[in-house]
Amino acid sequence: MKLSALLTSAALALGLATAAAADDKTKVGFVYVGPVGDGGWTYEHNKGRLAVEEEFGDKVETVFVENVAEGPDSERVMTQMALDGADLIFTTSFGYMDPTINVAKKFPKVKFEHATGYKRADNVSTYSARFYEGRAIQGHIAGSMTESNIIGYIGSYPIPEVIRGINSAFIHARKVNPDVQFKIVWAYTWFDPAKEADAAKVLIEQGADVILQHTDSTAPQAAAQEAGNVITFGQASDMGQYAPHPRVSSIIDDWAPYYIARTKAVMDGTWESTDTWDGIGAGMVGIGEISDAVPAKVKEEALALKAALADGSYHAFTGPLNKQDGSAFLADGATADDGTLAGMNFYVEGIEGTIPQ
Amino acid sequence: MIRLEKRPEPSRAFSLATPLLAVVATMVFGGLLFIALGKDPLTSIQTIFWEPLFGEFAFYYRPQLLIKGAPLVLIAIGLSLGFKAGIWNIGAEGQYIMGALFGAGMGLAFYPLEGWYIFPLMVMAGGFGGWLWAMIPAFLKVRFGTNEILVSLMLVYVAEQFLASMSLGLLKNPEGFGFPGSRNLQQYESAYNADLIAGSGMHWGVVAAMIAVIFAYVLLSKHRLGFAIRVTGEAPRAAKFSGVNPTRLVLFCMGMSGLLAGLAGLFEVSGPAGQVTIDFNVGYGFTAIIVAFLGRLHPVGILLAGLLMALTYIGGDIAQSNLGLPAAAIQVFQGMLLFFLLALDMFTNYRLRFGRAEVA
Repeated sequence: MKLSALLTSAALALGLATAAAADDKTKVGFVYVGPVGDGGWTYEHNKGRLAVEEEFGDKVETVFVENVAEGPDSERVMTQMALDGADLIFTTSFGYMDPTINVAKKFPKVKFEHATGYKRADNVSTYSARFYEGRAIQGHIAGSMTESNIIGYIGSYPIPEVIRGINSAFIHARKVNPDVQFKIVWAYTWFDPAKEADAAKVLIEQGADVILQHTDSTAPQAAAQEAGNVITFGQASDMGQYAPHPRVSSIIDDWAPYYIARTKAVMDGTWESTDTWDGIGAGMVGIGEISDAVPAKVKEEALALKAALADGSYHAFTGPLNKQDGSAFLADGATADDGTLAGMNFYVEGIEGTIPQ
Repeated sequence: MIRLEKRPEPSRAFSLATPLLAVVATMVFGGLLFIALGKDPLTSIQTIFWEPLFGEFAFYYRPQLLIKGAPLVLIAIGLSLGFKAGIWNIGAEGQYIMGALFGAGMGLAFYPLEGWYIFPLMVMAGGFGGWLWAMIPAFLKVRFGTNEILVSLMLVYVAEQFLASMSLGLLKNPEGFGFPGSRNLQQYESAYNADLIAGSGMHWGVVAAMIAVIFAYVLLSKHRLGFAIRVTGEAPRAAKFSGVNPTRLVLFCMGMSGLLAGLAGLFEVSGPAGQVTIDFNVGYGFTAIIVAFLGRLHPVGILLAGLLMALTYIGGDIAQSNLGLPAAAIQVFQGMLLFFLLALDMFTNYRLRFGRAEVA
C-alpha cells in the first residue's frame, strides 16, 4: 500500500513536471515529403525549422518527420504530432492538403499551415512563394546564354505551379532570344535522383545546353557537369556546390522569416488563418548568386530584372501575351491576376507540345 | 570445423521459431544502430514497438494498425497462394493500383448520385481490375511460357503511368482548380468506405482481410485445390502424377492474388486515402511480399506479420518525431527484419555440424 502510494505520487509529480515543462514551450511540428538531405525543397523547409529553433531557443520545441507519403500516412503523422502537444504544424507538400484539413477538424486548437494548397479553415492557413518571379530571371539568363537555342526543362507534375514556372521562363527567354525553344520532360516525381538524371541526359542528347529543373535533387546538376558545356540553375535550394559552372544561379526558397513570424504569432496569440503568397520583394524567393560563368552584361540585366520584380514595378506576366492556341491572354500592358496565375493550366504562345492530360 | 548439413526434413520447430528469432536479432542489431546514432536503444525500440500498442495515445494508434496492416495482409494472403505453388506474382503493386482505378472510376461514374448499390459495385470493379491486371502475366505464361516474375513486375510501371494519366485526365476533380487528383471519395457518402464503428479503424478492407485469412486457411488445409497448391510447390513431379492441372493452377493463383490486391486498392482509395492521386501507391504491393515470407506463407502467420510490419511503420514515424531518428535508420531497421528472417530461415532446412565430416 505504502509503496504503491509513494510510487503513484512520484509518478504524478513527474507527470506534472513534464506537463508543466511542455506547457511553456511552443511546440512546432513539420511534415516533410522528402528527406531533409535532399538538397532542395525539404532541405530548405528544414532550414526554416532550424531558424525557428535559433530564433526562439528554449521557448520553442520543434519536431519533424521526413519521407512522409501523401495520403493516410501523412494524416497519421499530423495526428500524432497534434496528440503529442504540437501547437503549430507546417505541412509542406501539396498532397497533404486534404489530410491537413481532416486533422485540423479534429484538433481545433492546433494551428496548421499548409504549403502550396488552396483549402483553408479557421485553423488552417496556406502559404506559398511566387517562384515564377525567379523563373523570369532564369529565363532571361538562359535565353541570353544558350547557343543551341534549345532549353531543356524537367517538370515534376503538370500542375499550375509548374506550368506557371515554364511559362514565365519561356516568356523571358523569348524576349531576349526569339529563336529559343523549350523541350519539356515530365518526371512525375518531386524527388528521384535517378529519374531526374535520366531526364537531364535525354534533354542534353536532344541538344539542350541549358537545363531548368522543377524537381528537387541535384542529379540534373551532376548530369550537366558531366556533359561539360551545359548550364543549370539551383532549384529550391542554392545547390552552390555546383557553382560557378554548371550552376550559374538559383531560386532559393527562404521559409525562415515566414516560419519565425507564424511561430511568433502563435506565441503571442495573434495567429489567424491567412493566405500568403510572397515573392522576391518579401524575401520568400531568393536569387542565388549569379556566377562568373554569366557574361557581365547579362548579369547586370538579370539583376535589374530582379530589382524591378522586387519593387513591383514589373510583373512577370505582362501583356501582350497570347495562349498557346493563339487566343488572347493579356492585352498590351495588362498583368495577370492572382486567380489566373493560381489555376494556370495552359502554355503561352510559342511553347511546343501539350500539357499531359 | 563447422559445416552445414541438410536436415532429412525441414525442422518444424525452427520454422516457427525463425520469425521470433529474426525479430529479436533485429532488436539487438537495430539497438546497436541506434547507439551508433547517439540514441538510447531501449527508448528507441520501446517507442517503435511499445508506444503504438500501449503508450499514452494507443487509443489512436491501435486503429491505425488495422488501417496500415489490412492492405498488407489482404495482398500477402493472395501472394502466398501462388508462392506456395512456385508461381511468382511480383506485380501486386500494379494490381493494387488498377483495383483502385477501376473501383474509384466506378464510384465516380455515379457521382453525385447516392445509392446503396454503388459501393458493392465499386468493390466488384476493384476486384475485377486487379484480377484483370494479373491475368495478363498469367495468360502469357500459360500460353507462351513467359516469365511471370518479369511480366508482372513490368506491368507495375505501366499501371503507374495509368495512375498518372487518370489523376491528370479522366478522373481529375473538375472542381480542383487544375490540380491533379480525383474528387475525394470521403466526401461522397455512397462511395465512402468509412469505419464501420467510428474511430475503430475497422473499415471494409479490414473485414475483407480477415475473411481472406480464414478463406486461405480453409483452402490450404481442407480443400483439394489447397492440396494441389502445396504439392506443386513441394514436389512438382508428384503433382503431375496426382493429376494437378498446372495451367488452371497458374490462372487460379495469379487471378486470386490479383483480385485480392485489387480489393486492397479499392478499399484504400475509397477509405483512408480518399482520392486517386499520382502518388496514390506507397508500396503496399511490394511490402506484402516481405509480409508473405515473414508469415511463413501461412495465413495466420501473415496476419501477424502484417500487423508487425504496420507496427514498425507507425512506431517508426513516432520515433522520428519524438526521438529525432532519421527516416533512413527506420528503413534500415525494417530491412534488417527481412534479412535476419531469410538468413535464419536456412536453419529450417539445414543444421550446423561441429567437428569432422562423417564418412557416409
